[in-house]
Formats: sequence, structure tokens, C-alpha cells
Amino acid sequence: MPEQFNTLTSRTFVIDQEDIDTDQIIPARFLTTTTRDGLGKLAFHDWRYDSNGKPLENVSLNSLDTGTHQVLVAGRNFGCGSSREHAPWALYDFGFRAVIASEIADIFRSNSAKNGLVPIVAPPEAHDWLMAHPDVEIEIDLADQRVDLGNGPSFHFEIEPFAKHCLMEGTDPLGYLTAQSDAITAYET
Amino acid sequence: MSPEGSRPAPRSLFEKLWDRHLVKAETPETPAMLYIDLHLVHEVTSPQAFSVLAERGLKVRRPDRTLATIDHSTPTLDFAPGETPPYATEAARHQVETLQANTKAQGITLHGWDSPHRGVVHVIGPELGATQPGMTIVCGDSHTATHGAFGALAFGIGTTEVGHVLATQCLLQRKPKSMRINVEGETAPGISAKDIILAIIAEIGVDGGTGCVIEYAGSAIKALDMDGRMTVCNMSIEAGARAGMIAADETTFAWLKGRERVPSGADWDKAVEAWSNYRSDPGAHFDKEVTIDASAIQPMVTWGTAPDTGIAVDAPVPDARSASHAKALNYMKFEAGMPVSGQKVDQVFIGSCTNSRITDLRAAAAIMSGRQVAPGVRALVVPGSVAVRAQAEAEGLDRIFIEAGAEWRQPGCSMCIAMNGDKGEPGQLIVSTSNRNFEGRQGPGARTVLASPATAAAAAIAGHVINPATLMEPAHA
Ligand code: SF4
Repeated sequence: MPEQFNTLTSRTFVIDQEDIDTDQIIPARFLTTTTRDGLGKLAFHDWRYDSNGKPLENVSLNSLDTGTHQVLVAGRNFGCGSSREHAPWALYDFGFRAVIASEIADIFRSNSAKNGLVPIVAPPEAHDWLMAHPDVEIEIDLADQRVDLGNGPSFHFEIEPFAKHCLMEGTDPLGYLTAQSDAITAYET
Repeated sequence: MSPEGSRPAPRSLFEKLWDRHLVKAETPETPAMLYIDLHLVHEVTSPQAFSVLAERGLKVRRPDRTLATIDHSTPTLDFAPGETPPYATEAARHQVETLQANTKAQGITLHGWDSPHRGVVHVIGPELGATQPGMTIVCGDSHTATHGAFGALAFGIGTTEVGHVLATQCLLQRKPKSMRINVEGETAPGISAKDIILAIIAEIGVDGGTGCVIEYAGSAIKALDMDGRMTVCNMSIEAGARAGMIAADETTFAWLKGRERVPSGADWDKAVEAWSNYRSDPGAHFDKEVTIDASAIQPMVTWGTAPDTGIAVDAPVPDARSASHAKALNYMKFEAGMPVSGQKVDQVFIGSCTNSRITDLRAAAAIMSGRQVAPGVRALVVPGSVAVRAQAEAEGLDRIFIEAGAEWRQPGCSMCIAMNGDKGEPGQLIVSTSNRNFEGRQGPGARTVLASPATAAAAAIAGHVINPATLMEPAHA
């Protein structure tokens, strides 16, 4: 189970690119795993390693300290493509706790929130500011649905209330669903 | 809107199916709980879900509503009965065996190695008649929208949700928005469903359907056969949509009749009567509506690394409009102002849940018949299921492919996702009938051009991308 998420103060890591698809986040050939553990080393694999699997030196993701940089900022339509939950698993295991983009693909957003990765859609102005100011300290307050950008503007973000609840509790919704078994039985009969 | 104000409000097909499957309506705090009629399972996105059930001591609630197959990690090479399949990796073998063990333990039907219906999950569901109008269908796979071609509401879900559905047969969902895409008019001869959907996505963009369930309508959609309708719905996710659907009609019923899992006799008549109600009422509300002129659609190819970069095969590649376009052009090694036709091809892939059904193979065979794959080009033809393969062999299509010099493979996802060993090499150009042209999708560094089966087959013959119209006349023997 992911950790509970309340507030996070962290520096941002910016990938200035739109339409980052799940094949970039974790290439399909690594999906033969049967567990969800240890996928962080495969996050953005083909950007980070050469064809012999050697880490590329000039790629900043390879030297990124996720102790200080837990917020990924990227361009529009982040996480498009496949429904693979391996994508948020890999990002979480890599050390990211939140993703900020001007638009986040539906399935990825829903998968993230179940795995401790807070998906934040920023309004255009704040998003532009974040893209233009890489590596800044920000504060995310999930309860308040607010991001403070230090010396930039702060902004409010929307998050589906149940997803927010699960992120704050560090639970997934399975317990909620199994508790509704009477309603399910009633529907079935 | 209605003057009396008392008639029930007209509803769209999507709203009818949504309402019918509500176990609990949504509230401000909680999403709706939707009952799922059919849950399709494959080896890649299910193992972690079965593990969660095991950890919590839960059983699969409705094994009878769950159907599994193996497709993504499975080799497409021949092997003798009794032999171990030639898996690309140990991990792939382990993944398949994990699904075999999980389905056995939970009493779920698995169309595995010995089944005459093994195949790509979105091919076998309809083929078995498990996919039916009016159903809610989910699968841990973003191309689940394929099943919407039958007037079903079909969502791709993540692995956590696979666990939810296994344990409770329910899915938590906020009600999506709705969008209708009308494709009106007649397509030119030789234009396929793939050209239509590539044109639609080029028009509305990779995020044009985000948050929406798309209903495809209009005369050009009605004119499509079921294989074509599946091709269209299949790529809904490539426009960001949650689902895509087409109302069931006579074409749908005729296709389904007599299939293994559909009702027969008097029950069939009753089913058809019920299914006929699942269509949008006149005046139903859609949050967005788009109309596309079918007569203007040409054979389409993509020039970039996102599926919305479709253009007519002979049209010039557009100038880069953004940094990501420039990056895509650079990756593809294409030049703005030059058409994609004429680009030298290394591999051709005919297959995937988008285009691996019998009519797709017929279209490819019609082009390849009596011709030869160009020297230096490798062409892979991968049928969608064991049944499609058998049908193609009964029609002699396999001979056409083999005599042309193409490889006739066993069914599976194959080079669509390149996780079973079938893949492109760095820098290679692949004309592919699949649905995604993302960087590295078909192997690290491989460059993908998405196209229809006819266009892909024509590229294999010519050795470069070419308008398939030039090869649509039969070859001289
Ligand atoms: S054929 Fe491709 S898109 Fe379809 S299910 Fe298989 S991997 Fe996914």
C-alpha cells in the first residue's frame, strides 16, 4: 500500500514535453513482470539507458535525487496511451509522489490516485510558470487542493473526492467495494 | 425541450447502458458503482490483481462472467504439440503460467494454448459471442473500447480495478461526458475503417475525446461491417476517450447469430428485441458533437509518434507546429513538405486487435495475391485468433501470404506491442496495422507508420510506402 499523502514540500523536476505516453514511462517489453515491485529502475528506461542497458550520462533523470525532487512537471496529455498501471507503479517506485501537467490522460490519472501518486492538473498560467521555472520548491496541500509555488502564483486544483480520500488514507477502494456486497447481490437478483 | 415537459427525456445509448448498470448512483463523495457483465482478462495486467485477492483472502465473485486468454507475451512461432512454446523470455513463460494457475484456482475459463479460441482478447470476445449489445465490458487493456462496436459500454481499466472487478464484479466510475462523431456520406472505393478512424483522430486530436464516451454514427459508420466497426471503436483511446460505441443494428445481429455464447431459438428473438432498444433517442444530448465528411477520406498513414498525426498517404508531411512535432519528425527521420509515400520500408506488420480479423486479412491478401514482397522487406501476418487463422487457411489466404514471401504466424499481439520477441530494430521503418506509433512501441528506436491492411500490404510489395490504390487491380499471373 502507498504511504498516506497529506502535504508535500519538494522541488520540481520538469520534462518539457507534451504527450508523454505510457510506453515512454515504462516500455512494454518490461511488462512481463508478475509483481509491482522494483519498477522504478525501469521508469523512462529508453530515455535513461543506451542499447546495452548502460545509464546515459547526460540524462538528468539518472542523477536526480528524489529525496529532494518528488514532483514531476510535464507537458499536456501526460500518461496517454495504455492502461498499464505499471506506469504509476514505476513513477512511485522511482520516487515521485506527484505529477503536475496541464492535462493528464484519464486512465493514468485514475491509476495514479490508487497508487500514491497525486495527479495534478494545473491551470494554464501556473503550468506555464512551472515549465518556465524548473527546479523550484513548491508545496502541495492535498486536503486544501492547493499548490504554493514559492515566489510564483499559488493555484487550486481539482481532484475527484474519492480519489483524494484514498490518497490521504493510503488505501485503495477495494475495501469500500467489498463492503457493498449486499447492494451487489440485490442488483444481481 | 419538449413542449409537454412530461415525456421522459431522450437518452443516448451511453446513458441507457450507464443507468441500467448502476448498483449505486454517484454522490459528491463517491463515484458510481457500475455492474460489469463481462470481464476479460489477459496475462499482463492481471497477476498483481490476483495477488491482491490472495493477500486479502477474497475469491473471484463471478468466474462465470470472467473470460481469460493469453496474447501479449505469447510467441507467434510454430511449435509441435507437447513442446514448450518458444517464449522470448523466462519472464514471459512465468507470466503465462501465472495466469494458468490463477484461472484454474478461481474456476475461470481460460482460452489457453489448447483452445480453438485463443487469441487477442479483443478478437476472441466478439468471436465467441461473449461480447453482446447492452453489456458493460471491462478489461485491463486500453483497447477494450473495441467491444463497443456491438453497442456495449466497454472500458479499459487498470490492474487495481481488475482486482475490484474480480472481487466484486463492480467498477467505480464517475459518469464520463458524451461525444458523438457522425461520419456522413460515402467513402471512396478501397477506403477502409482504419482510414476512417485515422482521419477522425487526426481531426479531433489525441486528447479530443478525453473524458468522453464516443458514439460513432452516420451513414459511413452504418455501412461498415462488424470487423470495420471494431477497428473504429478500437482506436477510441487514441483520441483519449474512455470508450467508443456504435449502436447495434441488423449488421450486428447477423454477425452474432449462431456464435457460441449468444442465446439461440426463442431466446435469440427475445435478445434481439431487447438489444434493439439500445440506441440513442432522437434529441439525445451529447456534450460534444463532430461531423466528418466520409467522401473526403483518403488512404491514411501517420507521419509522427502520436496517433493523431494521420495524413493522406500522398499528402506532404506538415511543418512542425510545436516542439513535440519537431521531435517527432526528427525521430521519424521524415521531412516536412515530403509525403510519407516513397519512404523505404524495412518491416510490415499486419495484425493486432485493430486489424487482424478475417476481412483485414482478405484486404491484405487481395493486394499480395500473385505478387512478391519486395527484397529486403520482412512482412509478418499475424491473425487475431486461432479461429481467424483457421478461417484464413480455409480460404487459402495463408498460401497467398506465404507465396508472396510473407511470414504466416500464430495468433497474438506480436509486433503491436513487441513484448513477445517480434519487434523492429533501431531505425527500421515499420508499416503497421496496429494502433500506436509511440517512440519505441515496436522496439527501441523503431519507427512506426500506422496504416490500413491494404496500405501495409502494398508497402510490403512496393518496398516503400505507397497509395494502395495503385495495387488494387489484381496482379497479372
Ligand atoms: S494487439 Fe496490441 S493494442 Fe491490442 S491488446 Fe494486444 S498489445 Fe494491446
